[in-house]
Amino acid sequence: MYDGPKIIAGIVVFVGVVTLPIWYTAAAGNPAERPQPVLPVARRPCVESREFMRDNHMELLSEWRNAAVRHGKRTYVSTTGRRYEVSLTGTCLSCHEDRRVFCQECHDYAGVHPDCWSCHVDSTARE
Amino acid sequence: MMEHTRRQFLKTTGAAVIGVCGGSLGCSALAKVIGSGRLEQPDEAVRGRRWALVIDMARCLAQGKCRVCIDACHQLHNVPTVPPERSPKEDVKWIWKETFEHTFPEQVGEFVAENVKRQPVLVLCNHCDHPACVRVCPTQATFKREDGIVMMDMHRCIGCRYCIVACPYGARSFNWREPRQYLEHINPAYPTRRKGVVEKCTLCAERLARGLQPKCVEVCPAGALTFGDLADETSEVSRLVRAGNLWRRKPMVGTRPQVYYKVT
Repeated sequence: MYDGPKIIAGIVVFVGVVTLPIWYTAAAGNPAERPQPVLPVARRPCVESREFMRDNHMELLSEWRNAAVRHGKRTYVSTTGRRYEVSLTGTCLSCHEDRRVFCQECHDYAGVHPDCWSCHVDSTARE
Repeated sequence: MMEHTRRQFLKTTGAAVIGVCGGSLGCSALAKVIGSGRLEQPDEAVRGRRWALVIDMARCLAQGKCRVCIDACHQLHNVPTVPPERSPKEDVKWIWKETFEHTFPEQVGEFVAENVKRQPVLVLCNHCDHPACVRVCPTQATFKREDGIVMMDMHRCIGCRYCIVACPYGARSFNWREPRQYLEHINPAYPTRRKGVVEKCTLCAERLARGLQPKCVEVCPAGALTFGDLADETSEVSRLVRAGNLWRRKPMVGTRPQVYYKVT
């Protein structure tokens, strides 16, 4: 092609600039602040495993709210065999007492704003 | 280059179909493997097919200005008490006392005594068999459960208030303002609502799931409220309803309410 070297040089510069966020942070040793959720003192095993909850807690909670409210299914039998009451405040918050240091840590970092606490009562609600 | 022949087309289409079917089977199989637990009704839940309520007005009236059921329900479910300057337009209520004239308008003519017209009657959502609110709700945020309860799903309510327009009984309330400001004490065992959703009596579905009776039925000092399964012929409500002298609110509008009044 005409002006081959110039074009190829231009492509290399372009790819370098476009992928800057990736190689720059890797080279600088990942300086970005990571969220630091405060893990609770576990009074009983969590509903599912940590890996599962990291990936799927959104879907789990979505299934929970439909099952509990719309179908009256208020007991969850986990893959571990334990039974839990399907309740955000009653079950999840019984261990993760302060959502500001747990839920909100990662949600603020990721920029997601599920509107749970306007209705579901947590420790910040006035008694 | 690909030849544009029928044979080639069939080969490509066949490969695509197999790819899609195989892919979706593979995905659902993988989902089962990753999978999670299952959801079920609690063992202790009270099970019924056709929940109904019978209210004995004589016993209720004998208690005078009693508000035990109203206060118990509203406190349990975080129902806000709207201040007087916003009442009655912005009132939120799940169970309340209405005048006889407003409760049974078809029964009250010109010759009924004024004091009788003003007598209080306990009213709440009638959990109709053919609920008008369910019919009009655009999101099915209010829906009829199989056990007969007309339920509220606050997650889905968009606050259009079409259900309030449809309900012939005024049983539904809208949260015009943020309700938590009007709650002196929040019961942590039950959620509140937020501004912009409609709420009403849910026949204590969450208590039924724990094997308990609705709160109003439980706390009535006169035993004026009877709750039970009309599909169960041996239940007390069945016996009372079959005896045939019970009233319902506005029966001619076709909603088939399931709250019965023993008025005489």
